Amino acid sequence: MKKLFTRTGLYAGLGLFIVFAAAPFYIMLITMFKRTHDLFNPNNNPFFFSEPPTLDHLRLLFGQTLFTTFLLNTLLVGIAVVLITVLLAVPAAFSLARMAGRWGDNMGIGIFLTYLVPPTLLFIPLSRVVAILNIQNSLWSLILVYPTFTVPFCTWLLMSFFKSIPKDIEEQAMIDGCSRMGAFFRVLLPLAIPGIISVIVFAFTLVANEYIYALAFIQDSAKKTIGIGLTTELVRGDVFYWGALMGGALLASIPVALLYTFFLDRIISGLAMGGVKK
Amino acid sequence: MKARRILDREDILAPLLLLPTGLYIVLFVGFPFVMSFVYSISNVTVGNPHIKIIGLKNFISLLQDVAFRTSLVNTFIFTVVSVSLVIVLAHILAELLLRDFRGKWFVRFIVLMPWTAPIALGAIGFLWFLDSVFSPIDWFLRMLGLLGKPGALFGPASNLYWLGRPGLAMASVILVHVWRLLPLATVILIAGMNSIPKEIIEAAQMDGAGYFRRLFHINLPLLFPVIGVTVLFATFFTFTDMTVVWILTRGGPPPNATQVLASLSFLTGIEGGDLAQGAAIAIFFFPVLAGLAIIVLKLAKKAVVT
Repeated sequence: MKKLFTRTGLYAGLGLFIVFAAAPFYIMLITMFKRTHDLFNPNNNPFFFSEPPTLDHLRLLFGQTLFTTFLLNTLLVGIAVVLITVLLAVPAAFSLARMAGRWGDNMGIGIFLTYLVPPTLLFIPLSRVVAILNIQNSLWSLILVYPTFTVPFCTWLLMSFFKSIPKDIEEQAMIDGCSRMGAFFRVLLPLAIPGIISVIVFAFTLVANEYIYALAFIQDSAKKTIGIGLTTELVRGDVFYWGALMGGALLASIPVALLYTFFLDRIISGLAMGGVKK
Repeated sequence: MKARRILDREDILAPLLLLPTGLYIVLFVGFPFVMSFVYSISNVTVGNPHIKIIGLKNFISLLQDVAFRTSLVNTFIFTVVSVSLVIVLAHILAELLLRDFRGKWFVRFIVLMPWTAPIALGAIGFLWFLDSVFSPIDWFLRMLGLLGKPGALFGPASNLYWLGRPGLAMASVILVHVWRLLPLATVILIAGMNSIPKEIIEAAQMDGAGYFRRLFHINLPLLFPVIGVTVLFATFFTFTDMTVVWILTRGGPPPNATQVLASLSFLTGIEGGDLAQGAAIAIFFFPVLAGLAIIVLKLAKKAVVT
């Protein structure tokens, strides 16, 4: 009897949290298929259809807005930033984890601390940098600036990943005639692929999430990324294209959320640092 | 032969491999970081980018500015209330998720979605939830008879105007922050709870310790470092955020009911073009960020030692 009671409590509690977490996404799903006439009647049930569903909003979203351009821009910036991040973070993390000793630990912490300098403190000076380099209104401004928040955390993440791989394997390779770098490329790097993949995913989701730099640097509609694109182009003054707006938000959210969830545990163990012992 | 030797010299390789990252961080984080301090004591604007130092004038005029003082207070209210709610709710959710139940993968995906999906997009869903006329929450309250007729609990008007009234607008912004940060806090706490040795809890249970006794005397003290990390990140992400405020209210309802430091700095520095004043506003993040950094350093030192 008591067991049944705690089971019910468990499902009721979980149910509440699920409703809270999913509500905005559920309303996006319903609204994107709702007829405009149905949507703008305050007496109709907003959680379900009072008239048959329609694809009109999605046609508007894909046919008459820059939605696909926003997605493509986000993808382009994402790929470029991921490349830069991997090229910078992998050698740095290797250096800090394997060759620098005690001094490397302190450097590593120093790099992690730069992650605590938020975009809202840097966007004003960086807007000048972007203006001087004459790359305002260009995806290049984002490609140049986004590694400021991907590189520090990813270096830290990779550093702890490299450290979790036993040193003996590389030492054995060096005894067998590999150089220090050769041992890195032939032995350590292949073992670190899972870590590098989670860094790629994490950097990409951070790019998809970013809002403030994009808002500050990009005014040209055709250059906007997904977050600012939807909130500025589909909201014109007082006119909200609600159906298309919700559809776009949901369709862009799902792939990012799926990617992130899949790699979350590894990223969190990096965030939690000393608080969690493995 | 010589090339081979360089590839073996750790004392050369170590700094060489670190150099690109170091250079990038110095140029694009370090330099702008210093410049934001320089800007804050200058009179630089977008129109006149020539830097002339004018001392603390920006800070003096800020402290006399009502909009700034409101933003400062709002930022602290948002952060303290959001983080407190997040920690309590995350602890409950973490305990629930640690039990066995069906469909765990799906439940996890849904519960994590507020954090894993881009916040600008999630906030759009809330924009509709909090709409002045079509708010689904208002509809639900009207259905229950709690709104929209004489004598109803929430008043006779047909809508609550969530984002149009100062108190409710603040509550709305806090709600979205809590919604967004709850998954992050929960996952960090779960990682911490999993690292508590099962034997300790079982031993306490055998000795007859009840749920709350275990919670306050065993779980919480053992979880203390993890809760610290959670508070740290939740604080960092709320205190410096402007996305939620920007999308929901733009700092309104007028004049500044939900204005925070980040959004005011953006309005002043980017939209208004007054770089100096905007930078001076953002400098007020610094003391709190420095505090967080010290905690990170302490935690990191522990992590290195153990």
